[in-house]
Amino acid sequence: MNVIVVGVSHKTSSVELRELLMVPESRVGEAIRRLMAHPNIHEGVFLQTCNRVEVYAVTDRVDDGVAAVREFLADAHLSLSAERLLPHLYRHAGDRAVTHLFRVASSLDSLVVGEPQILGQVKACFRDASTHNASGVILNKVFQKAISVAKRVRTETRIAENAVSVSYAAVELAQKVFGNLAGRTVMLVGAGEMAKLAARHLVGHGVRNVLLTTRDALRGQDMVDRFHGTFVPFDAFRAQLHKADIVLCSTGAPHYVIGPDEVARAVRERWNRPMFLIDVAVPRNIDPDVRRVDNAFLFDMDDLEAHVEQNREDRRMEAARAEGIVRDEVGVVLRWMQSLKATPMIVELQKYAEAVKQAELDKAFGRFERLTAEQREAMESLASGIAKKLLHGSLAALKDAVRSSSNGSVSADAAGHCYPLEAQRDATESAPVRHPADRSEPGAPPSAAAVTADRENVAE
Amino acid sequence: MIVAVLQLTLGFYFLGTLLSLGYLLRRSDALARVALGVTCAGCAVHTVLLAFQMFSGDATPWVSFGNALSFFSWSLVVVLLTAVFRQRLYVLGAFMLPLAFLALASTAVLPSENQALHPMFHVVWVHVTLSMLGAVGFAVAFVAGLMYLIQDWLLKSKQFNLLYVKLPPLDVLDRLNQHSIVLGFPLLTLGILMGAMSAQLTLGAYISWNSEQIWALVTWAFYLAVLVGRVAVGWRAKKAACLTVVGFVGVLLTFLGVLFKEESLPVNL
Repeated sequence: MNVIVVGVSHKTSSVELRELLMVPESRVGEAIRRLMAHPNIHEGVFLQTCNRVEVYAVTDRVDDGVAAVREFLADAHLSLSAERLLPHLYRHAGDRAVTHLFRVASSLDSLVVGEPQILGQVKACFRDASTHNASGVILNKVFQKAISVAKRVRTETRIAENAVSVSYAAVELAQKVFGNLAGRTVMLVGAGEMAKLAARHLVGHGVRNVLLTTRDALRGQDMVDRFHGTFVPFDAFRAQLHKADIVLCSTGAPHYVIGPDEVARAVRERWNRPMFLIDVAVPRNIDPDVRRVDNAFLFDMDDLEAHVEQNREDRRMEAARAEGIVRDEVGVVLRWMQSLKATPMIVELQKYAEAVKQAELDKAFGRFERLTAEQREAMESLASGIAKKLLHGSLAALKDAVRSSSNGSVSADAAGHCYPLEAQRDATESAPVRHPADRSEPGAPPSAAAVTADRENVAE
Repeated sequence: MIVAVLQLTLGFYFLGTLLSLGYLLRRSDALARVALGVTCAGCAVHTVLLAFQMFSGDATPWVSFGNALSFFSWSLVVVLLTAVFRQRLYVLGAFMLPLAFLALASTAVLPSENQALHPMFHVVWVHVTLSMLGAVGFAVAFVAGLMYLIQDWLLKSKQFNLLYVKLPPLDVLDRLNQHSIVLGFPLLTLGILMGAMSAQLTLGAYISWNSEQIWALVTWAFYLAVLVGRVAVGWRAKKAACLTVVGFVGVLLTFLGVLFKEESLPVNL
């Protein structure tokens, strides 16, 4: 069994191409069924975000599986030809496919490294696949591991810390001045998009009062509704400047609308409580001389950009640590996948032991017809105990050998030759263990489901 | 024995200082945690040292200035550890531990033997304890003020470096500054009152206008002005930070005043 991934991302394709590959949410189920209809695809997860469209699949032969997924993707849109799509597609198989998924889920492959949305998107796509019975033992395990790796990366590194968007940088800087923003007051001067975005972030961080002022009363009313704020007439806003802890300025005026004298007066009226001013207008709206006023902190677009760039650099350094975590966890999954190669042989051995036990019991029961129920139960228990003990050592050795060998089939074959098994299948080429429990319950740990399958076979 | 314990404590504090300063230069919190462990060990050994200093000999505790400074240093470290455990303000170590180390190191060069005093003098240890606790409050306010001024400068000059990341927000530092003075001032006031009372009992006068007393009164008046100024005319934020940094100079001059008085007088008062 091989895990493969085929897809396009922001690194290999334009947004126009990715748009063509995107499947509307209402038709995701149909797309998954189309993918799973291909005979070379045993399991599949269809992952789509604004920056990537990928298919993760489990297949017997890598090339056949990749061809099937390419065919599936090329059929995504009528206007998309295979010739146009192929140059942009990348493919990974085996450990590289697992590594790729772990990096994607951990946001190491994102356009903005460390962005938090991708993990939710990976979870949602995995849930879709589970709902449509497309993921099985292997992809369940790999995706659940990817989600846990992403969480580990988030908690053990600082990759998600610090803002990398200009609007969010304003929040971080405000927190460096005020600490907790709860209960603070922000004044929005003008109705520029960037200021509105920053204001939304600030309100999200506990800023309670929003004062709004703009020359255009109609736009002002729209913003009052949006932020549940208080409108201040443009002519009067300077007189109320002292009420604002944070001032966000983004008017279309070609000149300064706030000067150092007004800010100095406001700070005095605030009894020297600090004021934080952000000027996101171009040309600037706040006189740079405001920087000289004590307890007033002015930041313009260049300052915010510089802050963001510093944070980006920090994230790049943390990403190196995150890659180490990903490498470790890929090793864990690969070892688990290796051990899966022994599963069909283990099931066969258990079936064989059960059959031998039952045959010998039948013979014994035929000879002693007047056995009581209690005696029969004791004999059955004895036979089961002997069979289990005889098998235990062999099974443990088989699992170890498969886990540690590069080609598990050799050990599995050797074990198969020791016993007259009915089905001498090549362990490496066997069908995946797909138990109904894995498909109907996406939350159930796949490894546990595999074990359950084995146990049920023993009980037969 | 006391010398060995003192050296061990100094060793821990010196190592803690180096580690705390190293933490400022590195992104990871690991160094801060090691520094915290070393500081805890230093504080434990220092507690043993204080017990030795208090109970060795027949004299009342703290009557030597060296012992009082040792108590000052120990109290600073206890405040530091409390702040770190409660608020995770690891960065405080880089500023407070050097102070604690220097205070304790200076005791090594000061006369340490306690002199037998008139029983009336025994009330003096209350005066010293309260005054030293007041000085600890002002030392913390000094550190908060210093950090405020650095962070203010970093924000104004747009230097988003490691120090900027590690220093707490301005508002947190301003409140730390305020709370330290609010706690330190009444303690110093009580300390001065106890000192005046003990002087009246033993020497017959509340005040003898020596350098220690003059600087203590100047310092007291200065911090009173800082407190009143905050409430009455808004001396807060950067102004409060500047004032507390300057005010700590008064505390140091009072310490020097005690030192010179010790050298000039046959008894410790």
